[in-house]
Amino acid sequence: MTVRSVDAVVVGGGSAGMAAALAMRQAGLTVAIVERDPFLGGILLQCIHSGFGLHEFGQDLTGPEYAERFIGPVLSSGIDILLDATVMEIRNEPPRGKVLTAFSRRLGIVRFSTRAIVLAMGCRERNRGNVAIAGTRPAGVFTAGLAQRLVNVEGCIPGRRAVIIGSGDIGLIMARRLTLIGCKVLAVVEIQPYPSGSVRNIVQCLNDFSIPLYLGHVVVRIEGKDRVEEVEVAPLDDGHPVSAKSFRIACDTVLLSVGLIPENELSRAAGVSIEAGTGGPWVDADLMTHVEGIFACGNVLHVHDLVDFVTEEARRCGERVVSYLGGERKQGMLTVAPGANVRYVVPNTFVPGRENVLFLRPLVVKNEARLEVRVDGQEIRSRRLAHVQPSEMIRLSLDKDAVSVGAKSTEYGSTPYGGAKSTGYGGAMEVSIR
Amino acid sequence: MYDIAIIGAGVSGAAIARRLSSYRLDVALIERRVDASFGVSKANSGIIHAGFHHAPSSLKARLEVAGNRAFDALQAELGFPFRRNGIIVAAFSWEEMKVVDGLYAQGLANGARGIEIVGRDRILALEPALSGDVAGGLFAPEGGIIEPYRFVFALVESAVANGVRFLTGWDVTEAIRQGDVWRITSGTGEALEARWVVNAAGLHADTVSAIFGAEHFSIVPRKGEEFILERGAAGPPSRVIFPVPARSSKGVLVIPTVEGTVMLGPTAEEGEDKEDTSTTPENLDRVFDLAIRMVPRISKRDIITAFSGLRPTLPGDDFYIDVSREAPAFVQVAGIQSPGLTASPAIAERVRDLLQEAGLVLVEKPDWHPGIAHMERTRDRAVSDLDRLVAKDPAYAHIVCRCEAVSEAEVVEAIRKGHTTLDGVKYYTRAGMGRCQGGFCTYRIMRLISRETGLPLEKISKHGPGSELVTGRIGEAEGRGAS
Repeated sequence: MTVRSVDAVVVGGGSAGMAAALAMRQAGLTVAIVERDPFLGGILLQCIHSGFGLHEFGQDLTGPEYAERFIGPVLSSGIDILLDATVMEIRNEPPRGKVLTAFSRRLGIVRFSTRAIVLAMGCRERNRGNVAIAGTRPAGVFTAGLAQRLVNVEGCIPGRRAVIIGSGDIGLIMARRLTLIGCKVLAVVEIQPYPSGSVRNIVQCLNDFSIPLYLGHVVVRIEGKDRVEEVEVAPLDDGHPVSAKSFRIACDTVLLSVGLIPENELSRAAGVSIEAGTGGPWVDADLMTHVEGIFACGNVLHVHDLVDFVTEEARRCGERVVSYLGGERKQGMLTVAPGANVRYVVPNTFVPGRENVLFLRPLVVKNEARLEVRVDGQEIRSRRLAHVQPSEMIRLSLDKDAVSVGAKSTEYGSTPYGGAKSTGYGGAMEVSIR
Repeated sequence: MYDIAIIGAGVSGAAIARRLSSYRLDVALIERRVDASFGVSKANSGIIHAGFHHAPSSLKARLEVAGNRAFDALQAELGFPFRRNGIIVAAFSWEEMKVVDGLYAQGLANGARGIEIVGRDRILALEPALSGDVAGGLFAPEGGIIEPYRFVFALVESAVANGVRFLTGWDVTEAIRQGDVWRITSGTGEALEARWVVNAAGLHADTVSAIFGAEHFSIVPRKGEEFILERGAAGPPSRVIFPVPARSSKGVLVIPTVEGTVMLGPTAEEGEDKEDTSTTPENLDRVFDLAIRMVPRISKRDIITAFSGLRPTLPGDDFYIDVSREAPAFVQVAGIQSPGLTASPAIAERVRDLLQEAGLVLVEKPDWHPGIAHMERTRDRAVSDLDRLVAKDPAYAHIVCRCEAVSEAEVVEAIRKGHTTLDGVKYYTRAGMGRCQGGFCTYRIMRLISRETGLPLEKISKHGPGSELVTGRIGEAEGRGAS
């Protein structure tokens, strides 16, 4: 067993983990990154399409190019990098100590003694079982991300004639990618009446290649003995498949792009509580979970549309860890809750008197919408939004004067998260779309 | 020339092969698929039944009780995952309690050990996950849970270690009796000779019987759909929970699997297609409705996968284990549906006895080894205890399947033992059986199979020829490796 001691350990060396680690290292902390794969970069390395970095760098980069912008600085920053290693356990040893155990092929068992942990494990894909598609279980059914890996990294052709279930961004990207390697993409089938992926990807990945998109349809069965032979597709009426109008598509490959789930098994085991809305940890305005000294950022916290926002959030997370380890005490906080037509808002609290960045995801498709921020029922901000849809996350930045300090005196004794998290400051912020 | 050829490497064939491997006999175990346990035995509820479900007059009741008792010794020898966590039959009315009285009497007559009738308080104490609506029921402490494929793999490994020849991808298409010898031919034209033949061909036992000119019967597949909930799912019970049985099946159960997931099912539907292992949306709803009535906290949200299996049934629903009266030197082991897994050790004993009575001379091998090396698993070890394992092989510290914490060393062990398909590796190690269902580990396992066997990625299959995972490589000539 190898034992190491650092100020902070980052779990995951993808876009979130690298940005958080760099922010902490630049402030002088000793930092370790534990990464499962033999390389830094995470899922970006298999995303060889472009579209990354428009916010962060004002440039249109591929996934590996975007990752390189961080890999270089991380490698030269003196961060302790443990690759090809899996974190198996996080133990909290109060008041401030934590022990993190990782398995590494090269070093065996590695135990870190640390004061802060940043969870940056990313997310996983929902699979066939999660969406309960009936039929047989032949070869040729892949989640879109697995297919992307097989094509872009392993150099494999998954199949010749494909149907893609779900119009999430990875599925759309893979519709184009499969077409480019000579596979015929016969249909993208989306259960919702609107696409799950971004407008840009619908245009550039489907329309430009004349790939049909079936909205409001479901694949009710996947058939095939050894390899996929066909799928049965049915339109939905009032939420139920209409079997009289169903049709079959002969194909040898099915890709699933039916959503992503923050990967929080390690977080749960460490005692971190998970929000139903995001599938990620409850975090306060400092991106700290209910377990003191454990922070979260990136797709493990909530699934982002853009890596640029992951980077921004993770960098902020790193800065908050620095403040926390520097002994900075949080000021009183407001609780933040989703209001009308909003699925979630992250983070779950708000600190008046400083800039706060909130990310939220709409529940509705709407043109000419209005974003409203209320504190204890009183509107403090609003913004006009030309168009909202669930697949497009909204970033909301509130400056330090958005909520005046000391304006509230109500004592919030029992938030949904228990009295221990009493804000002291009092008040509840609600973010709605109308 | 073999003394005995056993057709079918499901749990019956594997148990028979292992039992016969203790005698001075040349035994061949013939499997038409690429790996053992790939037929009926893989899609199984994984329950070691407790001996109260079947009438004392049936052969299956006798073999179930005898088989159940054999599992402690077998586990000590073979090291497969197995635990006696107890079976509960939950009754929700006084009418159902009357059925429970009957099960209890039946169990006593069968010789089931330790069974008791329990009232509401005791049943809820035994299983707090049960609905408060429960009236009482039956408790059978000797019931248990097992990983069926691991059990079959272990039986085959032990048989092979003791000299049994295991032939895979070998489908019997023709058999001719020449003098005292069966000459058996495969679909690919391979041939072997054996003095005796045991027909343990599961769903295809009727076809095999016909090939050998033995008894005419037909196996009717009875489909059962099962749903798996992820490790850590809400409200899992600690014991196997049965409803009060209906006439044609034991009902839809809630099963805490020996590996920590929860299984719901099976359904029971008779069909004609012996290859139809499809699932349906209607059954999902039905199974959940039935399961939630017994264990209210389980949730559809926790489903990670569904599968279905086929029970090979015969009219009358009993096992058919006997020496053929039509074909010479031919033993029938047919209709082995539930509780076949539980009964398998006793089925093997019975087949041995039948062969002996029919004149086969059995001489024990002085050097027979009942045990095999138990598989080391990273997941089973406390972190503090892993250093020893990692010192032996650093690949135990390299996690390939994150959901089930399966190490590279375990995957390599599976491949080196001949499990060279994705499903074979999955059944041996559990890699790919967790919540992400192979989303992250599939390519890693493909790489390891390729590294260990030399197969190119496009030749690696899910469960044998025709189920290759990818159809080609980018940049290579069209058609190469395409399916």
